[in-house]
Amino acid sequence: MDMGSLLHQFLQQLINGISLGSIYALIALGYTMIYGILKLINFAHGDIYMLGAYFGFVATTMFGFSFLPAILFAMACAAVAGIIIERIAYRPMRNAPRIAILITAIGVSFLLEYGMMLIATPQPRTFPAVFSADVYHLGPLVVNSQQVVILVSAIILMAVLTYIVQYTKIGKAMRAVSFDADAARLMGINIDRVISATFALGSALAAAGGVLVGIYYNSIDPLMGMVPGIKAFVAAVLGGIGIIPGAMVGGIILGVVEAMVSGFISSTFRDAAAFGILIIILLYKPAGIFGKNVREKV
Amino acid sequence: MKRVSKVLTALVLGTVLAGLAAGCGGGEKKADTIKVGANLEMTGGSASYGISSKNAIELAFKEINEKGGINGKQLELVVADNKSEAAEATNAMQKLVSQDNVVAVIGPNLSSSVIAASAINNSAKVLDIAPMATNPYVTVDQASGKTKDFNYRTCFIDPFQGTVMAKFATAELGVGNAAVLIDNSSDYAKGLAQFFKENFVKEGGAVTAEESYLQKDTDFKATLTKIKATNPDFLYVPGYYQEVGLIVKQARELGMNMPIAGGDGWDSAKMPEIAGAAALNNTYFSSLYSPEDSSDINKNFVAAYEKAYGQKPDVFAALSYDSALLVAEAIKNAGSTEPAKISEAMAKINGFSGVSGSVTFDDKHNPVKSAVILEYKDGAQSLKTKINP
Repeated sequence: MDMGSLLHQFLQQLINGISLGSIYALIALGYTMIYGILKLINFAHGDIYMLGAYFGFVATTMFGFSFLPAILFAMACAAVAGIIIERIAYRPMRNAPRIAILITAIGVSFLLEYGMMLIATPQPRTFPAVFSADVYHLGPLVVNSQQVVILVSAIILMAVLTYIVQYTKIGKAMRAVSFDADAARLMGINIDRVISATFALGSALAAAGGVLVGIYYNSIDPLMGMVPGIKAFVAAVLGGIGIIPGAMVGGIILGVVEAMVSGFISSTFRDAAAFGILIIILLYKPAGIFGKNVREKV
Repeated sequence: MKRVSKVLTALVLGTVLAGLAAGCGGGEKKADTIKVGANLEMTGGSASYGISSKNAIELAFKEINEKGGINGKQLELVVADNKSEAAEATNAMQKLVSQDNVVAVIGPNLSSSVIAASAINNSAKVLDIAPMATNPYVTVDQASGKTKDFNYRTCFIDPFQGTVMAKFATAELGVGNAAVLIDNSSDYAKGLAQFFKENFVKEGGAVTAEESYLQKDTDFKATLTKIKATNPDFLYVPGYYQEVGLIVKQARELGMNMPIAGGDGWDSAKMPEIAGAAALNNTYFSSLYSPEDSSDINKNFVAAYEKAYGQKPDVFAALSYDSALLVAEAIKNAGSTEPAKISEAMAKINGFSGVSGSVTFDDKHNPVKSAVILEYKDGAQSLKTKINP
């Protein structure tokens, strides 16, 4: 293989990787936010993403919404679903050991997956094309308009999320709860409401990811959240779990690594590489790329 | 209470009599009809298969009986429901061979059910022919590797589709090199891919790349970019429609315009929705049967089936129809209704032509038969050609 075609292949894989990575990033944003504030790894997050895709599907096929109203509808519905899940499944466990809540999260994940299978059948559904996929040729490279939309949406949502967490009143409350829940309560912060807001926000982000993925791959099914959920978890850990820009960077890095491994080594090693990264990060830099090594208060 | 005990007595008597009858030489007691069993998925998850099968077998028997039956006797169908479950298939088989005294059994369609029930019909020495069970162990004992004496099937086994596609690619499309993209989580796909590679190389082709994916994957662009760099003329993707649809869509987006092909896992109404009708042009898949097949026997069958049931026969109906004809042919050739003789006659069937092509059994009781290649044109399937083994 000559250098030119190698370079061209490398660039195309970079594009493939960034577009895949921005999907991981979208899911990882919500993951990392819930973890950052509640110290809860919400394993049901990937399934909220699936739920969001189905809400978007309902909005576009049954109500005939166009892209923007559909995605907002899906985000709103998923936010409500997130609040309900937190209220029913996690709130009663607030003071339980962390492992118990983790197991509850796995239970919620299965409930959503198989509950959706019951309602919507396991058959994959095809998402209507709400905006067309224009293919751009940059010399020998191929980029699709949907890939651009996904990347841009991920960046916008990350910016909005950072703004909310850093500069708004509810964001300040979230950070306060994250820092010390008991002290926050003493200062008059309604912890339950803050946590509900966190879940609403995180779930809305996942739903946005679900709708974008539904449009991009044009196929959704009840188990679609399983693998991306786990990959997004890897992305969140890679960037530094709890750190919002970390999730974005972690997602993109993971996507690019996967594309490069499938492109230049073998597609069979792709997942091995993704989870290999998780192991290496946990061994050598458990706080992630953006993480500061802070000792946890006991 | 009285009624119940009457029924019970009748049942007990019936069982005893049936046992006696079986003891002294099968169903020859009844002079005017020949009982053939059907062990089918009438209820449960795969009920649509069983219902198609029952419809087609009834149609075949009706046609045969109208022409005077077999050796002067009318065929009588006894259907037992296996509820789409392996354990129930065993019970149904037991009922058919010991209570109903059938001379041969058609079905089930699910491989796991046939494998479970095969111990029963083999010990009773009654032949069973499965219309659509594709697992290799339907007719071969997994432990000993020996052919089961009384198990046959009407469909070809999965890997044969790989052989057929290799032939089609080299002979009809004239391609010299091909890439293979395999669903690594399915034995079906791996079998097809292996036979495709072996035969494609044998026909003088070269395999430029061999990559794999897992079920539920959604992004194939990295792998496809790698495959594209090896410049194949042909891409073989023997997976299921859910992933294949996305693969075809993404390949076309990357500017890969070569023919793409696969096996009957592609056969779904969802394919054009997932991949898009335009992307699906210039794609092909192999299958057991097409209602468009222009042979006379098939045209008559399609017309009769549509008239009787108001819909086009699916692949289960077609192969069940052939199974029924094969059983009738074997009984005729045996000149007897003794189950063991019917089985002997079945093994000797040579060049029998049915709606899904001609059938000759090999030493593993798998039919050596032709396959069809279907092409997607603007989102609709159409028959491209028939490939003989």
